[in-house]
Amino acid sequence: MKLQRHGLVVALAAAGAILLAACGSDPNSGSGAAAGSSSANSPAVDCNGKASLNAEGSSAQKNAMDVFAQAYQAKCTNAKIAYNPTGSGAGVKQFNAGLVDFGGSDSALNATNGETTAAAARCQNNPAWNLPMVFGPVAIGYKVNGVSSLTLTGEVAAKIFNGQIKTWNDPAIAALNSGVTLPAEPINVVFRSDDSGTTDNFQKYLKASSKGAWTQGDGKKFNGGVGSGAQGSAGVAQALAGTEGSIGYVELSFAQDNKLDMAKIDSGSGPVELTDATVGKAIAGVTVTGQGNDLVLDLTKTYAGPPAGSYPLFLATYEIVCSKGYDAATATAVKAFLTVAATDGQANLAAAGYAPLPAEFQQKLLTAVQAIA
Amino acid sequence: MSDPTVTGGPTGIGEPADRWGSSVSAAVPEAGIPATEPPPPDQGSIGATFVQRGDRIFRFLATGSGVFIVALIGAIGLFLLIQAVPPLLQNHANFLTSRQFEAGDPNNLSFGILDLLLVTVEVSVFALVLAMPLGLGIALFLTQYAPARVARPFGYLVDLLAAVPSIIFGLWGLFVLAPAIQPFAVWLETHLGWFFLFSPGNVGIAGATVFTAGIVLAVMILPIITAISREVFARTPRAHIEAALALGATKWEVVRMTVWPFGRAGYVSASMLGLGRALGETIALTIILAATPRIFTGSLFDGGATFASKIALSFAELNNNLSAGAFIAAGLVLFVLTFLVNAAARWVINRSGAKA
Repeated sequence: MKLQRHGLVVALAAAGAILLAACGSDPNSGSGAAAGSSSANSPAVDCNGKASLNAEGSSAQKNAMDVFAQAYQAKCTNAKIAYNPTGSGAGVKQFNAGLVDFGGSDSALNATNGETTAAAARCQNNPAWNLPMVFGPVAIGYKVNGVSSLTLTGEVAAKIFNGQIKTWNDPAIAALNSGVTLPAEPINVVFRSDDSGTTDNFQKYLKASSKGAWTQGDGKKFNGGVGSGAQGSAGVAQALAGTEGSIGYVELSFAQDNKLDMAKIDSGSGPVELTDATVGKAIAGVTVTGQGNDLVLDLTKTYAGPPAGSYPLFLATYEIVCSKGYDAATATAVKAFLTVAATDGQANLAAAGYAPLPAEFQQKLLTAVQAIA
Repeated sequence: MSDPTVTGGPTGIGEPADRWGSSVSAAVPEAGIPATEPPPPDQGSIGATFVQRGDRIFRFLATGSGVFIVALIGAIGLFLLIQAVPPLLQNHANFLTSRQFEAGDPNNLSFGILDLLLVTVEVSVFALVLAMPLGLGIALFLTQYAPARVARPFGYLVDLLAAVPSIIFGLWGLFVLAPAIQPFAVWLETHLGWFFLFSPGNVGIAGATVFTAGIVLAVMILPIITAISREVFARTPRAHIEAALALGATKWEVVRMTVWPFGRAGYVSASMLGLGRALGETIALTIILAATPRIFTGSLFDGGATFASKIALSFAELNNNLSAGAFIAAGLVLFVLTFLVNAAARWVINRSGAKA
């Protein structure tokens, strides 16, 4: 997933916002409150760690990292972080090899293929933790002449994306959209042609929510068997904007930039639009399956049965860190960075196309970050 | 521009194509690397030891460079082979005839390169068909027709095309060229759809096709073809041209009787270099070509992926050696394909060199 296109804009916006925030006495009590970053126990940030942190991994969180890096530099003047968006696989590999201070990954460490063991070895025989710091909403964008509002269920979406539903005026779609005149034109599915975590999460969502209609499994490659693939989020968004009758999945910020119409998702309690609030609600209801401070998430449950009034289609990306086993300077810096990311860093996330952390979840993360030694 | 040298050594020139052919390949084995020692120096024996030492060093360096490049190519081939063998052994599909490339799951590899090969060849050949006549025209215009003060800046301009990064070409192709040529593509599809090259395509994204990609590739290889052909044509012996003119030849006849026979081999080799570039072009095609789960039908309006673009699409997220090896196996085929193209080019050059 390449979200880098907005890097500069985001960086400028973040820098501007931080300058403004710096005028107030406490950044945490500022405008960030709406984004859920106001918190009663915002831990102190110790800036005396090592000056430059290295991290690598998932490109899905690249823009969030840019926002976090700006916030981190504003807080700790001399500190720097370099995040190299080479992909989740590379992030885990580099972290386990001890080449970077923490890794970014679209999926938690996998115990069955030895990643967990390798990570523990890298952390001087201490467990590594998966901390889901970044949540990215995924929009189902479409372009159909005369249709400005569209509601889908997981089941209907699955049938569209695996070719069981072929035309826009199919009774299954019409039943969900009474009052909308759907044209009799073919549905043009657009998918990501490059391997990506967005595709993986989208397919997991379809698998969990479609009541068996999606039989194609998941994975980073689109398995639907229909449609046309475009490269990168930018390519998908551009293809959607330029192709009549098209529908596809793309990260929120790209859908917004290309002014795509976005489908509402009905998970049983009526159509829900994609907003910060509705995604936040879904994130707040996520089940944590990891133990203690290892916050591995089970998104399947949220995908299958999200809280009423929440938008369930989003992806989570993790920071993979050592619970213990860093040298003192690195541990201090990693803690400082992650603390800033979970607090000040949240304020400008929405502009970068991510969902800010809900308050309760933010507390869990901060507790985990503080426990790093 | 090199008139004095050319006319200065008439004995050495003889057949025009000989001279060109020799500078490409023929003379090298003749003179041979072992024969690099100059003819016995006339300065006497005292100077000779000095000359020989420098000579030996130079010979060592030159031989070293030659051996290095051969070893490097051998090492690349060996690396590709070593990486490609394990996944090939676990492949559930026929590597050469399967049209699906499923290499994501290391426990269930099922990949074949047929569609990759077909798309790669079709898009490259299409680009070559567009670029070859145009490149020839530009090179002839620059060397034979254009006045010198126009030819020079014009030549630089064409060379400048070669310096444009391919990602720029890709973005230009997708965002500017594709929408612009879409009406023409639709016209071809409606009126010539009965012909397999123009039959309706297998992708739904307008313009993300082999057609657009081929045109972009043609623009990308144009400077290579033009630059080399221009150099070759400019070296047509002045005496030949003047002889033709003296016989009352028109400009067109001069080109046909002297410039073209002299430069043909160079032009073909330039085109093959261009083809090599087209076969391996990655990022522009990754951006332009739409992926499709359907098979390649041979139409210019199909999508798909070439060897290089397929590898680029998947490489960022590869996390195990077997999946990576499957893509390297595809890369190996591209390596062999490029080799074959170059061998064919050599053969064409030698043959036309002998004929002229």
